[in-house]
Order: sequence, then structure tokens, then C-alpha cells
Amino acid sequence: MTLQNTEKAILIGDGRRSFRRSFRANVEILNHPISLVGRFLSRYGVLLGFLLLWQVASHVGWFNSAVLPPLDTILVALWNGVVGGALLDDIAISLQRSGIAFLAAVVVAIPIGLFMGQIRAVDRALDPILQLFRQTSALALYPVFILLLGLGEASKVFVIFWATLFPLLLNTTSGVKEVDPKLIEMARVYGASRLTVFRRVVIPAAIPSIFVGLRLSATTALLLLIASEMIGANSGIGFQVMNAQYNFQIPLMFAAIFLLALLGLIVNYALVLLQKRLCQWSEVSN
Amino acid sequence: MMTLASDNVRGQVTVRDLTKTFTINQKALTVLKGFNLDIRPGECLTIVGASGSGKTTLLRVLAGLEAADGGDVQIDGRSITGVGRERAVIFQEPRLLPWLTVLGNVAFGLEVRGEPRKQAEEWARRYISLVGLGDFGDAYPKQLSGGMAQRVGIARALTVQPEILLLDEPLGALDAMTKITMQEELTRIWSEERVTMVVVTHDLEEAVYLGDRVLVLPKERGGAIRFLDIDLPRPRDRSEPRFVKYREDLLREFGLH
Ligand SMILES: Nc1ncnc2c1ncn2[C@@H]1O[C@H](COP(=O)(O)OP(=O)(O)OP(=O)(O)O)[C@@H](O)[C@H]1O
Ligand SMILES: [Mg+2]
Repeated sequence: MTLQNTEKAILIGDGRRSFRRSFRANVEILNHPISLVGRFLSRYGVLLGFLLLWQVASHVGWFNSAVLPPLDTILVALWNGVVGGALLDDIAISLQRSGIAFLAAVVVAIPIGLFMGQIRAVDRALDPILQLFRQTSALALYPVFILLLGLGEASKVFVIFWATLFPLLLNTTSGVKEVDPKLIEMARVYGASRLTVFRRVVIPAAIPSIFVGLRLSATTALLLLIASEMIGANSGIGFQVMNAQYNFQIPLMFAAIFLLALLGLIVNYALVLLQKRLCQWSEVSN
Repeated sequence: MMTLASDNVRGQVTVRDLTKTFTINQKALTVLKGFNLDIRPGECLTIVGASGSGKTTLLRVLAGLEAADGGDVQIDGRSITGVGRERAVIFQEPRLLPWLTVLGNVAFGLEVRGEPRKQAEEWARRYISLVGLGDFGDAYPKQLSGGMAQRVGIARALTVQPEILLLDEPLGALDAMTKITMQEELTRIWSEERVTMVVVTHDLEEAVYLGDRVLVLPKERGGAIRFLDIDLPRPRDRSEPRFVKYREDLLREFGLH
């Protein structure tokens, strides 16, 4: 919970004036510049230290700067790649591949997951085969997909889709199954039909779990994106990582890796933001 | 719907020869056997009994959440087949939907019954103030205390304006202070709304404080049920001798005094 949220909760939860005022005072103390820096450092200090160490070590020559180039070189390569436009096409194609696969997984997995969670017989019938598919690494199946779909876009999108499908499906299903039966009973007392219970109780209750699935799937999508682009592709960020290494353009290689990390962070952040909007009522952790 | 001319005969419950059997580990457990009960319209009946004596089971059958294995439950002369619009239930836990605000939760019952949202919320606001939560319409359940949450649950049940309100240990999870306040509020609501109330409780003082009659379920299954008429004016004073006497009578029923 962020500070602002805490403050809001307490203001709503407890209207007593004096309490409110003393809490405001606390917030002001925390807003003091020094403690602000302190808070920043306690959160990002280790990260900054790591980056600093990298930079210094590479400059001083503690390790081979041809293999681990200093950060500024990498940033320059990144800048040239993005602003210069050399990496833009790769970013676009990578986003397209993972985006299409991810959206397809959402469209397929959420309805099926809701359905499976709701109807026991369907769940029982589908569960064994889903477990089998899930335990079979998508990467192991990639050659099969290539045989079936060719070495083009289709097999890449499909392998990402395949891998993202399962976390989302399983989390949606378990979200539905774990809805508190007492809430369902409460709705029944008011005469709610099965459909109404589903719409007004089951789906909202399952949303936090669906988001867990979405975030897992997004991570998986990026993972599989890179893997598929490293095998038999001639474009994409993953391809650039491999290609740069092959041509010994090490700063470019790291630039592509950073780009991937950045992409992952952005996607996760966007999902967290969306989740916070949709599920103000439940705790959301990053 | 409660101001109709036929008001005085609404909310009557008749239970005839009710039997309810559960199966636990392939063994039949008959909880209610040949059970008969008449609840007068507008009455407040409290039910006490040892743990496992079937209080919750009886209430769930009356609510239509549990089907009887034999016998008949009639409300205003008509046999019930399941849940019904003339009944509402208040459980031991508030059972609020955490993603809805207090207003949304209280309006939920009416919305489910097909009332347009605006209208439902208008009614909801009325009952939110009735339970003393007028300022908390926009709060979420996680921002409420236990007693406040339970009051939201009570408001939700009242909003559908039932003839019969079924309560299963509604104040069981509350601390002693909150409990007393809520008992007073329940009495006030009951007299204002003129609803038939059936309250299961394990608190004998509460049974005497709320009830026109106290129903004592027998210890041994199939034994005779007993009633204790509480002939005290309201608001009741817990410390007056007659109140204390009723409480002692109840204790004696359980062989504890
Ligand atoms: N769904 C069920 N399945 C099987 N047995 C049940 C079920 N519900 C209740 N019982 C059994 O019925 C008996 C009566 O239970 P009930 O919950 O009605 O008791 P109670 O009087 O409400 O007790 P308490 O005061 O502890 O709440 C118990 O022996 C219990 O084991
Ligand atoms: Mg019980």
C-alpha cells in the first residue's frame, strides 16, 4: 500500500478529527527532503550500487570491457539503435509477435477458464490433458510447430501463444473455483439466478487471480519471444541479441538486452496499473 | 409492500412434521425429526440450544437454502420450495462483496431482484442511515470494523423489505460492547419495520433481550421443544429482577443453574 492509499483509507475509516490531523503531520515529516532521499535510497540503493559497480569495474578494467562494456557505451548503442532507427523495426516486429500471441491467449484462455471453473464436469474432463500440455515445455514443441506452420511468423506467434495460454487459463480457472461459496449463497438468498451469480459474484471475485495469470503470461510471452527469435529469425530484438553477439557488437547486444528488460518492466507496470484501477478493493502488490 | 391492509397476517411461519437428515460418513444423522413450530406474524422468536442441536439447520430450512426430507414449511399459508422474496437471511459473517462499496452492497439485494440501480440505491441509502452508517456509503468493506460490516449486512437484508428476517448468530462475532449496541439497534429496527424475526443465538441474555418468545431446542434429538414467553416491556432493562429471572430460567433449561 502506498502512503497516499493509507491516508485515504484512514480518512474514510475513521473520521475523528484529531486522528486525521496527527496523521497529516506524519505525512509531512515523511515529505521532508532528507527522508525523501532516504526513502529513495532504501528502495533503489542496491540497484544504483550495482550499476555503479558495473560502470567502474568496466572502466578500471577489473574485467574485460570487450565482454562487459561500460554502461555509457551501452547507452550510446541503445540511443543510436532507437533514435537512429536501427532497432525500431526489430522492436515493432517483436511487439507485434508477442502482442498478437498474448491477445490471442487472453481471448481464448479467459472464457475457457471461466467456463472450466464454473462447470465441474468440464474441468474434470479437460484438466488431465491441460496438465500434460502444460508440463511439456513450449520450447520442446517449437520444432513441431515449425514443421506444422513453417519457419515464418505463424510458428513464432503460435509458440508464444501456446506458452502464455496455460498460466492464464489455470489462474482464471482457480480464481473461479476459489470464489467464497458463502458469497454465492448470499446472492442466492436474494434470488440471484446462476447467470447473475456468475456475472455479479464469480467474475469480480476471480479478477485478482486473472491478473496474476495475465502478469505471468506477459512474462512468459517475452521469454518465448526471445527464444523463438533466436532460432531461425532474421528480425526482432531476440534476433538482434544473437546477431550482435555473432558480429561481436557487444554494446549493441547489451542494448538489445536492456531493451527487453525495459519492455518487461513497462508491460508489468501497465498491468499493475490496470489492476489497481479495476481492483481498488483488493491489495495489489508489484 | 408492508403497508398493505393484510399486513397483520403477513410473515407467519408454520412448520409441520419437519424432518431433516444428513449423511456423514455414510451414517444417517437425523437432526430434526417430526418438528413442529408456529411463528406469529411480526413476532421476534429467538432460538437457543446446545451446539449441534440443529439451530442453523432449522434456519437454513426456513430460508430455503436446505431442502427438508419430510414435512412442510408454510409461509402465510403457502408451502415453500426454496428461497423466496418474502424472506431475507443475516448470517454470522457479514458476507459483503469486497469489490462493492457499502452503497453497492446494500443495493445488491434489490438489484438482483430486478430493481433498477438508481431506485435500488435510493432505498439502500435509507437503510444505510437506519443502521447508522450514513457517512460510509462510499467506503469499501475492508475499511469497516466488524460491527460496521455486520450492520451493512443487516441493511442489505432490510432493503429488500422482507416479511421474515432470519438471523443466525448475527452478533456472535462481535465484542461485548458492540453487541449490546447492536441488540438495541436490532430491537429498534424490528419495531420500526414490523418484520417477523427469527434469531438463532447462543447468548442467553441476547435471547431474553430480543425475543417475544425463546425457543429452546432439546438436547437429545427428537425430544420436546420448550418455549419461554418473555413478558417484558421494551426497551428492556438487563439488570431488572424479572429480566435476570428469565435468564436464570433459561440457564436451568440447560441444567446449568
Ligand atoms: N451440510 C451438512 N452436512 C452434514 N451434516 C451437517 C450439515 N450441516 C449440519 N450438519 C450436522 O447437523 C447437526 C446440527 O448442525 P447445526 O449446524 O444445525 O447445529 P447448531 O445448532 O447450529 O450448532 P452451533 O450452535 O454449533 O452453531 C450437526 O451434528 C452437524 O454435524
Ligand atoms: Mg449454528
